[in-house]
Parts: sequence; C-alpha cells; structure tokens
Amino acid sequence: MAPKLPLHHPVEQSSTANAGGQAAAHPAPRYGIKRWLLTTNHKEIGSLYLIFSLTMFFIGGTFAMVVRAELFQPGLQLVEPEFFNQMTTMHGLIMVFGAIMPSFVGLANWMIPLQIGAPDMALPRLNNFSFWLLPVAFTLLLSTLLMPGGGPNFGWTFYAPLSTTYAPPSTTFFILSLHIAGISSILGAINIIATVLNLRAPGMRMMDMPLFCWTWLITAFLLIAVMPVLAGAVTMMLMDINFGTSFFNAAGGGDPVLFQHLFWFFGHPEVYIMILPAFGIVSAIIPTFSRKRLFGYASMVYATGAIAILSFMVWAHHMFTVGMPLTAELFFMYTTMLIAVPTGVKVFNWVATMFRGSISFEPPMLFALAFVVQFTIGGFSGLMLAISPADFQYHDTYFVVAHFHYVLVPGALFAILAAAYYWLPKWTGHYPNLRLAQWHFWLSVIGVNLTFFPMHFAGLAGMPRRIPDYALQFADFNLASSLGGFLFGASQLLFVWLIIKCVRGGEKAPAKAWEGAEDLEWSVPSPAPLHTFEHPPTFRHESK
Amino acid sequence: MSGGSYYVPATSKWPILGSLALGTMLVGFGMILVHGLNGLMMAAGFVALLTVMGLWFRDVIKESRSGLYDAQMDRSFRQGMAWFIFSEVMFFGAFFGALFYVRTFALPWLDGEGAKGVAALLWPDFTASWPLLDPPGDVSGAREVLSPWQLPLANTLLLVGSSITLTVAHEGLKEGLRQTTRNWLLVTVLMGFTFIALQGVEYYEAYHHYGLTLEAGIYGSTFFLLTGFHGAHVIVGATILTVMLLRILRGHFAAQDHFGFEAACWYWHFVDVVWVGLFLFVYVF
Repeated sequence: MAPKLPLHHPVEQSSTANAGGQAAAHPAPRYGIKRWLLTTNHKEIGSLYLIFSLTMFFIGGTFAMVVRAELFQPGLQLVEPEFFNQMTTMHGLIMVFGAIMPSFVGLANWMIPLQIGAPDMALPRLNNFSFWLLPVAFTLLLSTLLMPGGGPNFGWTFYAPLSTTYAPPSTTFFILSLHIAGISSILGAINIIATVLNLRAPGMRMMDMPLFCWTWLITAFLLIAVMPVLAGAVTMMLMDINFGTSFFNAAGGGDPVLFQHLFWFFGHPEVYIMILPAFGIVSAIIPTFSRKRLFGYASMVYATGAIAILSFMVWAHHMFTVGMPLTAELFFMYTTMLIAVPTGVKVFNWVATMFRGSISFEPPMLFALAFVVQFTIGGFSGLMLAISPADFQYHDTYFVVAHFHYVLVPGALFAILAAAYYWLPKWTGHYPNLRLAQWHFWLSVIGVNLTFFPMHFAGLAGMPRRIPDYALQFADFNLASSLGGFLFGASQLLFVWLIIKCVRGGEKAPAKAWEGAEDLEWSVPSPAPLHTFEHPPTFRHESK
Repeated sequence: MSGGSYYVPATSKWPILGSLALGTMLVGFGMILVHGLNGLMMAAGFVALLTVMGLWFRDVIKESRSGLYDAQMDRSFRQGMAWFIFSEVMFFGAFFGALFYVRTFALPWLDGEGAKGVAALLWPDFTASWPLLDPPGDVSGAREVLSPWQLPLANTLLLVGSSITLTVAHEGLKEGLRQTTRNWLLVTVLMGFTFIALQGVEYYEAYHHYGLTLEAGIYGSTFFLLTGFHGAHVIVGATILTVMLLRILRGHFAAQDHFGFEAACWYWHFVDVVWVGLFLFVYVF
C-alpha cells in the first residue's frame, strides 16, 4: 500500500530535549551580530532568508505603490515616464528574485530538516554562503536606481535590444547582480537536493516525505537546470553591451529573438519555481485543518513531476506574437494546455481532501483556501492565454498582468503567508494573534481582488501593460486597481505587526500546535530548539 | 541514512567573506566596463575570493582528515558535486543552444529560407553560410575560417588523452600505487596547461591572422564565448588537479576514501566532454 502521512513516529525526544548537548561541538557565538553573520544553523539561516524576503517584499511593494499611484488617473502626474519604467522593472525583479524565491528558500531551510528528521541542511556552510550572496546582489541591484541614466527600465524580462543597444549604462551592474543572485539560487538548490535525498530519518522513504519536501526537491532540480541558462543569457547581454559581440544583433548574424528563447527557457520553469513550493505548503495545511489525510498523495507527487517536465517544453508560449513558424505556435500551444491536466489533479486533490472533512478556519487555512480558489482563477486565465490565436489579442495587455499576478500574489504569496501563520508557533513558540490575522486575511483578499480582477477587463478592452498613461475609457478600472493596491499594500503592515508581536509573546503553543497536524516537525518542542534531531529519529511509515 | 551523528560544522566566517569578495570582484569588473576605472578593485576581490576559497577548503580538508565525516557526509559531497556539474552542463547548454539556434533558424531566415524568410527583406543581398564570414549588416566578419585539423585536433588529442592519464592515476590511487598516481597526475596537469597554452596560441592567430575577433559577427561571438568559457573551466580544472597533486605528495587520500580526488576527476572528465562537443560543433561541422 502507498505509505501515508506519518501518524506514528516514536521520536526520541531525549535527543531533542538536550538541545545544546553538543555545545562543545558547536562553539558558536550565540549572541550579537556575529551569530547571524557566521551561522551554519538551518533555523537561523531560514530566519535570515525570511527577514530578507520580507524586506524585499516591502521595497518591491513600494515600487508597486508608485506604479499604482501614477496609474490612479489618466495623464502623467507623479513621475516621469522614464522613472515609471524603472519602477515597473524593479518591482518585477525585486518581487521575483528578492521576495518570492528567497522566502520559499527560507521556508525550506526551516522546515525540510524538521520534516525529514535531519540535524541540519546537508552542507551548512554552503547554506550560509547562499544566503549572504543575496544582500550583496540586491544592494547592487537597488543601487542601479541611483546611477547615471537610472536603473533597469526594460521590464523584468529585459528583452534585447531594449536591454542591450538601448539600455542605460547601469545595465552591466544589473547583469552582475543577477549573476550573484543566480549563484545563490543554484547553491541553495544543490543543498536542498542533497538534504532531501541524503538526510531523511532512517525508515523514511521518498514516498513518506511531506509534500513540501517533494515539491521543493523538484523545484530545486528546476533551479539547477535553468538558473545557469539565465546566467548564460545575461552573459551574452554583457558581451553584446561591452565587447561588441553579436548574439542579439541581427546585423552581425545574431537574433534578438534568440534572447527571448533563452530567457523563457529559464523563465517558464522559473514561474513553476515560484509556485511548486506553494503547492507543497497548501498540501500540508489543508489536511491539517480538514483533519483528514491528503487525498491522492502519490498523484500529487507525480503531478508535480509532470508539471516540472512540461515546464521545459512550453517556453515559447510567451512569444506567440514574436513571429514563429506555425508548427512552433501549435506545439507550444498544445504542450501548454497539457499543463492544465496535472494542475487539475492537484486542485481536485485539495478539494477532495476537504470533502467530508472536519474543517476549521484558522488563518493558515483561510489563506490556503483562498490560494486554491484564486490560483485556479489565475490558472484559467493562463489557459486563455495559451490559445495562440487568442493570445494575439491578449498579448502585452493588462490581461497578462492580471493573469500572472493572480498566480503570484493570491497564489504564491498567499501560500507564503499561510505558511508563516502555520509555522509561526513552531518558530516562535507563540500563536500569532488569530483575530488580527483574520483581519489581515480579509483585507488582503479584498485588496488583492480589487487590484487584479479589474485588470482582466482593462486588458481585454485593450489597455497595454508597462505604460504610464492610458486612454480615458480605462480610468474606472485603473481607479479600482489603484485603490485595491493601496488597501493590499497597507494591510501587509498588519502582517509585520503580527509577526513582531508573535516573536515577542502571545499564547504559548504546544509541540503540536494545530490539532490535526501530523508531520514530523510537530513532534519537536515549540519553539523548536536550535538543534533538533542531532540523532535521527526512527521513522515508522504506516503500512497496511 | 546512517544511524550515526551527522557532522554539522561550527560557525564559519568564510561564507560571508566569500560573498563580500565575490561582490567586490564583480562590482570592480563593472567599474572597469562602465566607468573605465582600473582593475584594482576587481583584482583585490579576486585575490580575496581565492584566499577565502583556499581557507574554506583547508577547513574541509582538516575536518575530513580528522575523521569528522562519515559515509553520509560523503554522499552529501557526492550529491553536491554531481548537481554542481549538472548546472555547469546547463550553462554550456545555453551557449550551444545559441549556436544551434543561429545556425538552424536565424541565419537561414535572414537569407529568405523557411517559415520566417520574410526577414530577408532586411538585407536582401545576404547569403547565409556557416561559419559566417560575411555578416548581413554593418559588422565586418572574419577573413578566414579556422581549420579544425591543426591546433584544435592537437588540443582534442591532448584533452582526451589527459582524461585517460587521469583515469590511470585514479586507478593507481585505488590500488594503493601512489607512485603511479603521482606520476600520471603530473602528466595530466601538464597536458592541461599545455592545452591552455595552445589555446592561447590559437587566440593569437585568430586575432592576428584570421581576423576572427569578438566583434566579427556571430561566428566570432559563439567561437570566443564557447571556447573561452571552456578554457576558463580547463584552467580551473587544472588548478584543482594541481591541488590534488600537492595533496598526494603530502600523503593525503586513502585507497578507499578519496572523494576530493574523485570530484576533481569528475570535473576534469566533464571539461573533456564539453571539449569534444566544441570540437565537433564549433570547429568541424
């Protein structure tokens, strides 16, 4: 029989109780700044990642607020168009590479060793290196805004020749910052794969792992496969800009469209890198608050694998209007539609998990439920965009903006918020203020839908993306989007307040903070001691 | 999945110093390119990075030799190295992909062939060929094509041969024949650096006799980026093997337990395989 969630795992609590028992082996500065700079502990590095990504979330969010303020009404009122372009570009880059990706890595750092009964990540020093590359990379990226000619202004997809021939001088620094961030991602992913494959508790088979570990394993594979391709593409940009090569210059025999192929060969797996860990989170939370096992565990694993494989075969659906042979249009249209099948399996399984469950609606569950509904909306608009002839109408309109924000904000970001509320008791030993968290949830849901739902209509009516001014008939849609954006942005301050309160105090959480939670992390005390599972627990998978 | 206690290292200052060094080096590089500054900052970053890497690896070697690592740790290192090499494969894949895309699609389309032949309207006189000596626009191409049957063939024999000599050295280590290991490893390292020297000669000839430069259109772009990144990897690989030689001389590595050496072998074979791909698709075909 397929193994199930580990309902019975006689954990050797003795090993976790005497945390610090190996203090002699860890002569670590436990206080002061050095503790954070030099740490090799997966929990501390996880916290660093999470704090870093929250900071980036607010910086990228501020850029989004500038964009929404400018678009509040037609006409140019607040910022110069050149600066507007830098804001849309930096918003995208910061949110993708600085907020969403590192927050998932932070969650992986914290939770994967706890979920598989490992003492730490497989390569702890490398883990610290992966993290500290990020502040270097993003300081450099943000500093381009202050350089002569301004920062990146060509959209987060940085298509050549906008990003080569017509780019500001700071583009070279932008490229180098992406290199550093890319190295961080690759090394982090290597660490996660080595941890998952090598450090599982004795007796825990691959198919016994919580789904979060599975989805992260597959995500890490995607990262290692495509981040180097991005590095190659930006290196070609660097050479075209500074050394006179002709990769993206047709006059020399190159092709600007080549850039788009390289970018999206990275870019499409990249969007799954930003959603697969979210699937894992939701697959942990829904069973907990439905007080049932996850429906179709094995099919979830296979569906994740199928999505990962397909992600390498769909990239040109971002390029339907660029001018491709008809066979390519058809091939990429059909492969893209195929992705709906494994994704549908997942949504079905989440719903089936809840069916006849004993559901309660704590904040993690609220965010997870909103994820399922709203991610599905984003998935459906993705299906619409996958239809090549229809895409000629939607391409580069606000419909595309609505689509990817639905999968990224009420999708990926809501899953991250759900994860934060779900695991905060394990991290801090305190429950967050559940009532305030409900306020955060409802304000976020209203804000996010008010922001992004009208964008579908603006896009279908023909409003182009990445433009600081627009025709009068789009005014009402944009007014709604801006108001929603401000509401959503402001309500995230509540989240910061909640976290600070939760770190400093609150209702004490027991080891098993949620009644229906069954994974291995709930067997260690709350807050989890600095060192857990120094001697691996014996994991007994359930067989029938 | 051993039952023992997995080694978790104490805090270390190398990771953060390494990231600062890498940042310094790359910002220094950008300063040269964008602001025309001298290379001092980049050089400082590079030296710092090498120092940090050296000290970091020294720690690892010390820990390994003092028996802190178990079989499980060994598997982590194997996973790490294998996936690192996979990422390198994908990096080269991007450049090979660019080469194939240009040759198969972009150039024929510019010449009016195939589904997107309308691109021929840009430069109606353009004729596609590979290697492309006559780029369509105002870019002057190379004068001549490099022959694969001179230096490149010699380099191919050198590098493929060095993979064989390295395997002999590795087998020697496994059999406990340390003399054999030392000698054949030395031969391998020398072959590696000879390859680099010959590659330098070829670059000189390309620039001075063939007119093949970075600016010479897509032929020069793909040629120099593919061979250049490969050459950089050979330098790294030969340096790693030199370190392995020094470790052999110091009596490191047991017949049954020598993953550091094995990882260096993996890396060298990877560099070798990439070269075979280069020889076939950059030079011969």
